[in-house]
Parts: sequence; structure tokens; C-alpha cells
Amino acid sequence: MPKLTMVQAINLALKEEMARDDRVLVMGEDVGVDGGVFRVTDGLHEEFGESRSIDTPLAESGILGTAIGMAMAGLRPVAEMQFSGFSYLMIGQWEGNATRMRSRTQGQHTCPLVVRMPYGGGVRALEHHSESREATYAHFPGGKVVIPSGPRNARALMLAAIRDPDPVVFMEPKHSYRSFREDVPETEEVLPLGQAHVEREGDDLTVVAWGAMMRPTIKAVDAVAKTGVSIELIDLLTISPLDSDTICRSVQKTGRCVIVQEAPRSFGVASEIIARINDEVLLYLEAPVKRLTGYDVVTPYFGREKSYIPPAARIENGLRETLDF
Amino acid sequence: MPRKTLAEFKVEHLQVLDENGKLDKELEPDLADGDLLRLYRGMVRARELDQRMLKLQRQGRIGTFGPCTGQEAPSTAAALAMQDDDWFVGAFRELGGRLFRGEPLTNTLFYYNGWEEGNVLPKEVGRRMTPLAVVVGTQILHAAGIGYALKLKGEKAAAVTFCGDGATSEGDFHEGLNFAAVWQAPVVFISQNNQWAISIPREKQTRSETIAQKGIAYGVPCIQVDGNDALACYVAIKEALERAYRGEGPTLIEAVTYRLMMHTTADDPTKYRTKDQEDVWWQKEPLIRFQKYLSAKGLWDDAKEEALREELRAEVDTAVKEFEATAPWPLDRPFDHVFAETHPSIEKQHQEYLAALKEESDA
Ligand SMILES: Cc1ncc(C[n+]2csc(CCOP(=O)(O)OP(=O)(O)O)c2C)c(N)n1
Ligand SMILES: [Mg+2]
Repeated sequence: MPKLTMVQAINLALKEEMARDDRVLVMGEDVGVDGGVFRVTDGLHEEFGESRSIDTPLAESGILGTAIGMAMAGLRPVAEMQFSGFSYLMIGQWEGNATRMRSRTQGQHTCPLVVRMPYGGGVRALEHHSESREATYAHFPGGKVVIPSGPRNARALMLAAIRDPDPVVFMEPKHSYRSFREDVPETEEVLPLGQAHVEREGDDLTVVAWGAMMRPTIKAVDAVAKTGVSIELIDLLTISPLDSDTICRSVQKTGRCVIVQEAPRSFGVASEIIARINDEVLLYLEAPVKRLTGYDVVTPYFGREKSYIPPAARIENGLRETLDF
Repeated sequence: MPRKTLAEFKVEHLQVLDENGKLDKELEPDLADGDLLRLYRGMVRARELDQRMLKLQRQGRIGTFGPCTGQEAPSTAAALAMQDDDWFVGAFRELGGRLFRGEPLTNTLFYYNGWEEGNVLPKEVGRRMTPLAVVVGTQILHAAGIGYALKLKGEKAAAVTFCGDGATSEGDFHEGLNFAAVWQAPVVFISQNNQWAISIPREKQTRSETIAQKGIAYGVPCIQVDGNDALACYVAIKEALERAYRGEGPTLIEAVTYRLMMHTTADDPTKYRTKDQEDVWWQKEPLIRFQKYLSAKGLWDDAKEEALREELRAEVDTAVKEFEATAPWPLDRPFDHVFAETHPSIEKQHQEYLAALKEESDA
């Protein structure tokens, strides 16, 4: 099995799927000749030509709007937003059309497309290059939101996203793009959307995380586990639709839960998870569910960002507090 | 019935000083020697800071930034043509104009090292200058709105806004032109066509022969200028400002220039363009021809050039020293600026953040 970075693994998935299905194409700003500013689409231009690796004009609403038309007309576009921070210029098309076409026409027209976007902080980037706004997209019914946490699941989820019959926002944690490698099987591997993954099994505490927060969370979980506690760690993988079953089953067993989220605290994914726990397994809880999150402030420039993203030490403290409650 | 021609249009190109520094006397603006020297100095000052920042970035002493080398003329000429009461509404490649309007060099350095404090300008400088606009094209609409406000308040002032060639593909560019035209708002739109939007060449961005002509569709007077010719930039911007002050609405100026460096320090242009093309444009860059022009007027010589460069390098040195000697600002400042007044729910998080910081630094 080759050891790949997340960039290489997503690139592999795109290549595989473009080779397998000639309806699939990539499009966006600088995705062609340049291979994408992060090189996620590197080599596709050479291999599949400019008609399936489209360098578009600079217009996010234009990119999604035309992708919607392509999808309705039988293609399978994988559109790139260069950074999630610029994706808001496409939200009119996302909310107004991509997520509604199926429902609007009761299934006669659909939008099977993927919008890829790097998101999240920790890479010393300029303003608008560091936010985590998965909750924004999760709030639109009719659109799925997927966030891989490592090279292997990124590849498997990307294949699933492209094959999915509905529009998917595929948010790529740019902090994890090149920070570590994983074995990625040479044979095809597809992970179902809408299912969380149990990364570590345990009985005393449930921890939920996703995307770039998985690495510091694993570190914290392993540190606490050394003290003889048994922790179950869940990697969400799909934000929406949310796999409440896996979470609630775990919380029913452990009675304690901590959620780790890079995004601002309020109105977010962690809040929704708490609501689901409340709906399903409230009476099994032995401690209040804790959120370790970013803060409700405008994402600070990189001089400050480090202390605004929950670091492993802060996560570790949070886990202990909930265990000791 | 025969088909009729309803309208015909033309697009002018203006060059005053050619690549070799040769002047068209007829078109030469009436600028005092002192202003010409200030204009040149402003451009060289931006070049010196830009080149130093490239080195600082490579050494890890500042973060990612988009160099402006080769594009000093349009924004510096605009800043010279503008009055204090005009608004400067930039994108992110107008270092020359920003410095000319009074932005301290240290602000630029703080900004590119990840501190919002870099956006906080001395009062009289920041009064009518918007912060850098990273989301491409969004500032264009702000300029139209500022223009409307100036008109409503009866001020004899204008908004001057900048964007790239890539930005002209965004809806905001078209909406901005249209709003300003419908309102006949005092706005000068300057598109710095530097031939590239990261890796996308100008021909792949738009099929229009010129960017200037995009104004025609909105009823906005337009002109294309040699954007490496500071005099042509000055003439066109001055004309556009006068039109705006007279209440005759907006103008679109396409300044044809070239991005001589990488898009940002994170970009590798060898992926998509040739060194030959870069070399061709180095021959046309804006400083050399202006220097020749000043020399021909008897205003400049090698000794003056050397003295200026030395003075500006020393100024940049001092700014870098001050920047690096400044103690980091409080980490919790973002909590103070979420809203005008704090809210208990934010303040609670603020205290929690401070406690977490303390715990982590004690550990
Ligand atoms: C809305 C938006 N989309 C994408 C980007 C990423 N990006 C930054 S600059 C740039 C190209 C801009 O090209 P142009 O307008 O020609 O300006 P230049 O960089 O050449 O000065 C892109 C795609 C962005 N900042 N904002
Ligand atoms: Mg450009």
C-alpha cells in the first residue's frame, strides 16, 4: 500500500473516478494547468484534457451555477472552491438550487455534484483562509456535508461523494493536507456517506471529533487513556446527514461525552450533537456533555489563531473534567 | 426593413511615456517637478518594501503576501491625483498607493505577519481608506456605495477603487459598475490588468478584447491606459476624478500592466508561464522609463537615484526593526471587537479563553 498525503489521496480518487466514469470532470479556479493551488487536481489536465479539467473564470457563483446545469444535463462535476472562505459567493446557487432541485421537482431533476473546498486554520494564512464553517452548509437541507480526517478516508469518501446522487460539500481540512501520510489501499475502497467511524472503542467516555481536530483529539485521548480510562472516539466523517445512531449508542454505553470542534461554539455541529443526545439518551448521562470549541469571535488572523483552535492540552483537560464530574 | 445600427462604440488607449521613456509632449500632464519627484519616489518606495518583504517571507519573518512589483504605477498615480477627501478602496496589490496615502510601513508588515493591528491606520490616513479586500471583487460594490454617500452628502469627492483582471469575472464587478452608473455616483474603477489571475491568463478570463470596454455595457465611460506608464495613469485618473466631481458619474479605467512576481509567495509561476514572457515585461516595467523621463527633464541622475535608494532602504530597515521589536499584542483582543458592546455570552467565553491560556502557559 502506498503511503499518501491527503492531497495525494484525494487526487488519486479524482483520477480513479475520472478514469472509471467519463461523466466526471473537475472545474474551478486554477484547477487545470496549475493543478490547483494545493495541487489536489495535479496531473488531471494532462491525463484528461482541458474539457474535463476546466480552468474557469474567477467566479464562485458562476462555478456552482454552471456545475448545477452540467449535473442536470448528465455530467458529474466536481467543482473546487479555492478556499471555503470564498464559497459564500456561491451560497445563493447552493441554497437556491443545488440543494432544492430534487425536492422542487420531486426527483425529476437532481444535482449529483461535489463541491470541494479546503477549510480550517493552522496554516498561517491570510484572512478568509482559516475558517471552519461546516455548520453553515449543514444547515441547508438537501445538501450533504462530508469532512475526511486522513488520507485513507479522504480517498474513500471522495469516491462515495462523486457517486452520490445528491449534492455534496466536501470540506478538506487543509491543516491535514500534507501533515501526515497514511497507507491507502491500491484497490478501490468506498466509505458510505452518512456513517461515522469508531476510531477507538471504549466504555468510560465518548469523544466526538472530525476533520483536522481528529489529530489533537487522538493525542489527548491516548494521553488520558494511559491513566487507565477506556475512551471511545468517534470520527464523524459525514456532518450531514448526521449519524446519531453511532453517537447515541456510544453515549448510552459510556454515559459521558465530549465534542471537539474547531468552529465557533454557537449554533454549530457540536450543539446539534448535544441536541441528538438529549433526544435519544439523555437519561443515560452521568455528566453534562462538554463542547471544546473555537469561540464566537471572527476568526483571528494567524498571529493569534493557534490559541483559538482547541490544542491537545486543552482537549486533554476537558476530557479529564468530564471524566471527573 | 433594413437592419439599423443603433450604437457604435470605441475604446481609447492612452500612453504618454513609452517603454523607452520617450514622451508624447502633447499628452504630458501639467505636473510640478515636485509632484513628479513624489510620484517616482512613491513607486520606488513600494518596490523597496515589496522586495524586502519577499526576503522576509522567505526567511519566515512574515507570512504569505502578494507582491506588487511591476504594478506600482496605477495606484501611486491615483494617490497623487486624489484629494484627501477621496476614498481609496483597494484590493491587495496597491502597495504604492497605500503608502503614498500615508500607510506606515510597519502596518503593512504587521498585517502580513498575521495581526489585525496592521489594519489600524493613523486616524487621518485610515479615515478614507478601506482595509485590504481579500475576497476578490467585493470592494468594488463598496466603492459604489461610498460614491452614493458622497453624492448624497453633497461632497465634492470620489471613491477610487481597484481590482484585478480576474476580478472582472465576479458578479460584484458588474454589479458595482451598474449601480454606480445607475446612480451616476462619483466612482473611478481601476482594473489593474496584470495579465494573470494566479495561473489563469487574461485570454482565458474573458473573451472581451479589452477590459475597458466592459464599461460600455453599463453606460460607463471607459479607457485603457498603459498601466506601466505612470503619466498615462495619472492623466486618465485625473480626468475620471474631474468627471466624478462634476457629477457626471463613474469611469472605468483598464491599466495594462504585468505581475512580475509570483501571485503570492505560496505560488509557483513556472507551472503556468514562461520566463520569456516575464523577461519581455521586465523591459516595460514602470520605474526605468519614469527615471529616464525625469533624467531627460534634468530632474534626475545616478547620484540622486543612489541616494534615494539608500534613503528608502534605510527607511525599510528601520520599519522592519520596529516591527520585529514590537511585543505581541494581547491574544484576547478579538473578543473586544465582536460587537460595539460586549454581550454576556461572549464575555463568558472571553473569561474561559483567558483561563485556558493561563492554564496552558502554567503547564
Ligand atoms: C472571491 C475569491 N475567490 C478566489 C480567491 C482566491 N484568489 C485570490 S487572488 C485570485 C486571483 C485574482 O486575480 P486578479 O483579479 O487578476 O488580481 P491579481 O491577483 O492578478 O492582482 C484568486 C483566485 C479570492 N481571494 N476571492
Ligand atoms: Mg490579475
